[in-house]
Amino acid sequence: MPLIGNAQLKLLERLSNASAVSGDEGEVRQIVLEAVRPLCDTVKVDALGNVLAVRQAATRRPGGKAPLKVMLTAHMDEIGFMLVAEDGEGLYRFETVGGIDLRQLVGKSVLVGREHKPGVIGARPIHLTSPEDRRRTIALDTLRIDLGTGGKAAPGERAVFATRYQRSGDLLFCKAIDDRIGVATLIELLKAPPAQIDLLVAFTVQEENGLRGAKVAAHALDPDVGIAVDSTPALDLPAWDGEENVAYNVHLGQGPAIYIADGSTLCDPRLVRFFHATAEAEKIPCQFRQPGGGGTDAGAIHKARAGIPSLSISVPHRYGHTAVSLARLDDWKNTLALLHAGLQRLTPAVLAGERR
Amino acid sequence: MKPLIQKLTETFSPSGYENAIRAVIRAEIEPLVDELRVDALGNLIARKGTKTAGGKRIMLAAHMDEIGLMATHIDENGFIRFTGIGGIRPTALNGSRVRFVSGVPGVIGTDRITDPTKAPTLEQCFIDVGAASRKDCPVKVGDVCGFERPFLDLKKRLVAKSMDDRIACAVLIETLRQVKQSPHELYFVFTTQEEVGVRGASTSAFGIDPDLGLAVDVTATGDTPRCLKMEVALGKGPAVKVKDAGMLADPRVVAWMIRSAEKAGIPCQREVLEGGTTDARAIQLTRSGVPVGCLSIPCRYVHTPSEMVDHDDVLNAVKLLKALLSKAVTL
Repeated sequence: MPLIGNAQLKLLERLSNASAVSGDEGEVRQIVLEAVRPLCDTVKVDALGNVLAVRQAATRRPGGKAPLKVMLTAHMDEIGFMLVAEDGEGLYRFETVGGIDLRQLVGKSVLVGREHKPGVIGARPIHLTSPEDRRRTIALDTLRIDLGTGGKAAPGERAVFATRYQRSGDLLFCKAIDDRIGVATLIELLKAPPAQIDLLVAFTVQEENGLRGAKVAAHALDPDVGIAVDSTPALDLPAWDGEENVAYNVHLGQGPAIYIADGSTLCDPRLVRFFHATAEAEKIPCQFRQPGGGGTDAGAIHKARAGIPSLSISVPHRYGHTAVSLARLDDWKNTLALLHAGLQRLTPAVLAGERR
Repeated sequence: MKPLIQKLTETFSPSGYENAIRAVIRAEIEPLVDELRVDALGNLIARKGTKTAGGKRIMLAAHMDEIGLMATHIDENGFIRFTGIGGIRPTALNGSRVRFVSGVPGVIGTDRITDPTKAPTLEQCFIDVGAASRKDCPVKVGDVCGFERPFLDLKKRLVAKSMDDRIACAVLIETLRQVKQSPHELYFVFTTQEEVGVRGASTSAFGIDPDLGLAVDVTATGDTPRCLKMEVALGKGPAVKVKDAGMLADPRVVAWMIRSAEKAGIPCQREVLEGGTTDARAIQLTRSGVPVGCLSIPCRYVHTPSEMVDHDDVLNAVKLLKALLSKAVTL
C-alpha cells in the first residue's frame, strides 16, 4: 500500500515548482524519468514528449491469459504563457497557453524560460489609474511581461506563474497542482503496482491545449482500460446568503472525485460503479464530480482506436488555472488509496458485459 | 414503418446510456444479419454479406443516442439541477416533461425569471419529480433522462422526440430487411454518443476500417415561417449532403448518390447545412481517411421534443439506400 510521507511531499514540491508549459515539458519530464526509470520494465519518451512507463504484471491470469492492460495518465504540462515579440526595454507581448482568465493576470510575477528568469505582468499603481480604468478588464494585447531593462528572452519562450510551493499542515498552496499531483500519484502507484495487471503509465504532454499527448499515447499503448488521474476545481465556498450551493463541482476534503460525465467524456458506467463500490468497501471517502464541463485525458483515450472504456478520477483543489491552487493532503492520500485499491481489485470481469 | 418508428422514438436512451435502444434495435435486426457485436463504446455493429467482385466494405451509420439531461445536484427540497447532454435548447425546456432511464418521470420548472423576454439558462432550470426532500428523491447525481413526448402520427407527417436520429435507425433497419442482393460487405452501425461529438462513430469506424462510409441522419429545413433560408424542405425526398459545418462530403459519393436516385426515379434534394455535423465526419477522418457521404432525412424542429419528418421522405430514403447498396460502386 503506497503512502504519502515527507519524500512524496518533497517530490510534489519539486514537480510543482518546475516550469512545464504545454509543449515544453522537459523540466517535469526529467524529474519523472529520474523517478520511474528504476521502477519500470520499459520507459520510453515518444515523439510528442510523453513518458510511457510500463510495469508488467507480476502474476499471470488463470489459464495463462494475458493480464489486463490498464493505462493511467497524468499530464505533465501546465497552463502559462508564451512570449510573442519584444517591445523594447525588456517588455514582451505574450499569449496565454491553456485556459486562463485574463482578469487575474495583472500584477502577477512570472518565471520566464528554462532558466526561470524573473518577470512581472505589470500593473499601474492605483494612484495612476482613473475610476474608469479600475472598472475595465485589461485586454491581453495591452499587457506585457516585464523582464526589466536589459532583460532578454526569445519569442517562443514560455513563462509560468512564479508561485512557490508552500505547505501548512494538511494544506498545500502551489501552482500547477493541475496536474503535478496526478504525476506524483502515478509515480507512487508505479512503486507499489497491483500484481495482476500490466500498468501502462503515460505522463502526458499538451493536455491543456487539447488532450494532444494522450491521444497518441493511447494509440501507442492500446490498453484495455484507460484512467485519467487529474485535479478538478472545487467551487465549494459557503454561500453568503445561506442558499444551497447547487453548482459546486466538488468539495475540498471529501476525497477523490469520480467523474460520471464532463465536456470530453461520458465515463464508462461500469468503471464508475466499480470504483465507487471499491471506495465504499474500503471505506475510502470519495465524491462524484458534478457532471458538467471541463475535460481530461480520458476524452482522448476513450476515442482511441476502436474505443477504450475510460474513467477520470481527480484530486479536488480550489482556484484551478490561476496563480495559486489550494489542495488538501487528505484528498491526495485518499485519491492514491482509491486508485490503488481499485486497480488491485480490477479484473476483466468488470468489463465483461456490454457498456451499460 | 410507423409502428417501428413509434417503438424507436418512445425509447429513452441519451448519449452514453444507449442500452435500452440497443436492446430494441438488436431484437429487430438479429434475425437479419450475419454477425452482430457491441464494441467498447456500446456501438451495435451488424454485418451482412461479404465482399464479392466489385464490392466494397461499406459502413452505414445511424446514431441511436438522443439528447438528454443529466442530474448534477439534488437540493434539500428534492429539486434536481441538471446539465445538458448534447445540444439542448433552453427555449424548449420550461414546462417540458422528462423521463429518466430508470423510468422516473418529471417536469421542468425554472427559477423566477425577471426578464420574460429572455430564455432561461440551464442553471436557472430544475426538474421536479414530485419529491419533497433530497432523501425522498428517486434520482441520484449522474442519472440521465430524455424528453417525454408520445409519437404523433399526422398521416403524411410524423412527430416525435428523438426523430434525431431514430428515424435513421428505422431507415437502416428497414433497408436491412429489404436488401437481398449486394456485392458489398455491409456494416450497419447503430452508433453511440453522436450528440456529444460523433464519438461512437469514430471508434466503430476504426474497428471496421471501411472502404466507404455513409451516415444517415436528420437535417434542418428551410420551409417554416421566417426560418433561416435553406433549400431543403419536407416532402421533397431525402437529402444528399454536400457539406455541413464539420464535413465536406466526397464529391464522388455525392455524384453517385444523386445519379442513383435519378436512375431509380427517387426524389432527392441537395443539402448544404451551415451548422452541425454527423457521424460522416468521424468516419471520414478515421485511420488514413475514408470517402464518405451522408443521406439526410429532412426534419423540422430538430433538438426540440417535437421533431417532424415526412413519411414519404422516410420511405424514399429506404428506396435510395436499397438502390445504392444493391449494385457495385465505382467512385
